[in-house]
Amino acid sequence: MPLCYNYFVLSEEQVKHIAKLARLGLNEKEIKKFSSQLTDILEYMEILNELDTKNVEPTSQVTGLKNVTREDEAKEWIKSEEMLTATPLAIQNNQIKVKSVIK
Amino acid sequence: MDVLNLTISSARDALKAKKISSKELTKLYFERINKIDSKLNSYVLKCEKEALIEAENADKKIAKGEGSALTGIPCALKDNFNTKGIRTTCCSKILENFTPMYDATSVSKLKNENVVILGKTNMDEFACGGSTEYSCFGPTKNPWDFTRVAGGTSGGSAASVASDLCLFALGTDTGGSIRNPAAFCGCVGLKVTYGRVSRSGVTAMSSSWDTIGSFAKTVEDAAIVLQAIAGRDKRDSTTPDVKVPDYLKNIDKGIKGLKIGIPKEYFGEGVDTGVRDAVMNAVKEYEKAGAKISEVSLSLTKYAVAVYYISMPAELSANLARFDSIRFGRKPTNEGKDLMDYYLNSRGEGFGDEIKRRIMIGAYVLSAGYYDAYYLKAQRVRTLIIKEFENVFKNVDVLIAPVTPFPAFKIGEKCDNPLAMYTADILTIPVNAAGLPALALPCGFSKSNLPIGMQIIGPQFSEELLFQAGHFYQKITDFHKKKPEL
Repeated sequence: MPLCYNYFVLSEEQVKHIAKLARLGLNEKEIKKFSSQLTDILEYMEILNELDTKNVEPTSQVTGLKNVTREDEAKEWIKSEEMLTATPLAIQNNQIKVKSVIK
Repeated sequence: MDVLNLTISSARDALKAKKISSKELTKLYFERINKIDSKLNSYVLKCEKEALIEAENADKKIAKGEGSALTGIPCALKDNFNTKGIRTTCCSKILENFTPMYDATSVSKLKNENVVILGKTNMDEFACGGSTEYSCFGPTKNPWDFTRVAGGTSGGSAASVASDLCLFALGTDTGGSIRNPAAFCGCVGLKVTYGRVSRSGVTAMSSSWDTIGSFAKTVEDAAIVLQAIAGRDKRDSTTPDVKVPDYLKNIDKGIKGLKIGIPKEYFGEGVDTGVRDAVMNAVKEYEKAGAKISEVSLSLTKYAVAVYYISMPAELSANLARFDSIRFGRKPTNEGKDLMDYYLNSRGEGFGDEIKRRIMIGAYVLSAGYYDAYYLKAQRVRTLIIKEFENVFKNVDVLIAPVTPFPAFKIGEKCDNPLAMYTADILTIPVNAAGLPALALPCGFSKSNLPIGMQIIGPQFSEELLFQAGHFYQKITDFHKKKPEL
């Protein structure tokens, strides 16, 4: 079963959709360029189709570690006033003021 | 004192014997950096004021007869390592003025030994690339030929060590990003076993592939650095509780009887004859000295790039979702009318092309309808690659192979062709897939006097063995002692 279609093209519409999902603002020139570059890249991935992986477990990480936990204890580390110095936005009541979310 | 012929070991001896102070040594390095680095662009930030204070503290320790192997030793850090109070940008526009409020674990471990941090080094943006051309600070030049790349993504760290602009440097290796620039610049580069060194405080690129490692002039120096930074960290739950051995204790053991496998797929079509010959000459040296050489096969090698470029962008897209210029980061020039606009503009302006490409591939392969076909498939092939290495290591102790198919390429040659840049990593990526350690070291020079690197690959947590094999080679050859003309 092929990974995707035999003649694979990532259309400009698909690029626009993915860019929006990933919150990336792209102009028309970029959308064209990426549509062509991403098509080439994703087409290359078809090579994995040559392998039969029917009964193979997927690997998420290579350490074999499971359930690494620690005690849930609060510790003093960095004060919130210090952390807030990193924001480029305005601060109000120890909170970061962002643009409107609800229309 | 001439910094050109120093190693961590010899510098440490000189400091202990009071032939020079750490402050004087630090000043010598800054003199050299200020004289030479404009040609290379290896440093993106020089920390002269802080470094001199660190050097003074180191000198106080040394005067009391205290300190360790790294006390007073000048080093550099790739710019994705958090350094408290010191700008850390990952060479991305979106973090152009970001100052971390804490040190990465590996950095605080080094600070506990009173190292001197000379500055932060250049890299491909967010460690995405293969040549240090995708940096918002411009490319780092290869010290052996300024028209060529230093390799990537830790190009700045490699170039600075190779040019005697520091005694060692830290970097990260996710798909080859330490070994590639080490090979291109002609220095030692250590990629550790996944989880051997804590990733806490280093900007995550691809969380199941990222490793923290080092650049040094000699294998012995690389062992000294690993001794300081290895070990379990409660802040990084992917660091297994595996004892850190004394890496120097048996480093002179030699290689008699060592079983070395030569994976034939790493020497095939696409690999330069010059590279192949240099690595095979190194293998012959091992054979002459009593190692047992055999040819092995890693037939899945050609699938590793596809596995990586599905799995890694997926993880990257998740890791870079935090860069939204809300809690930190650069405000977009046009803030837009609502939050969606703000995100689109801040990330659209702040990220370079390669980042956008990779984030989009990641979003695509994880999306409904494509997840099974791409992401899950890649994870299954990754299992096959891991098992193939495990099988091979039943019959050999280590593998020796080239690091890159060719020496350093020209600046601009590949940066418009992403797929060409990706396939250059074919010989380094499989090691990351399996979480194995690999030591890159110089083994020759091309006809145009460009360094060629080989890598010694071992099973997980076999760094001690890699150091023994590499150190032996550096006792009978002197490729690592040759210097670029700067």
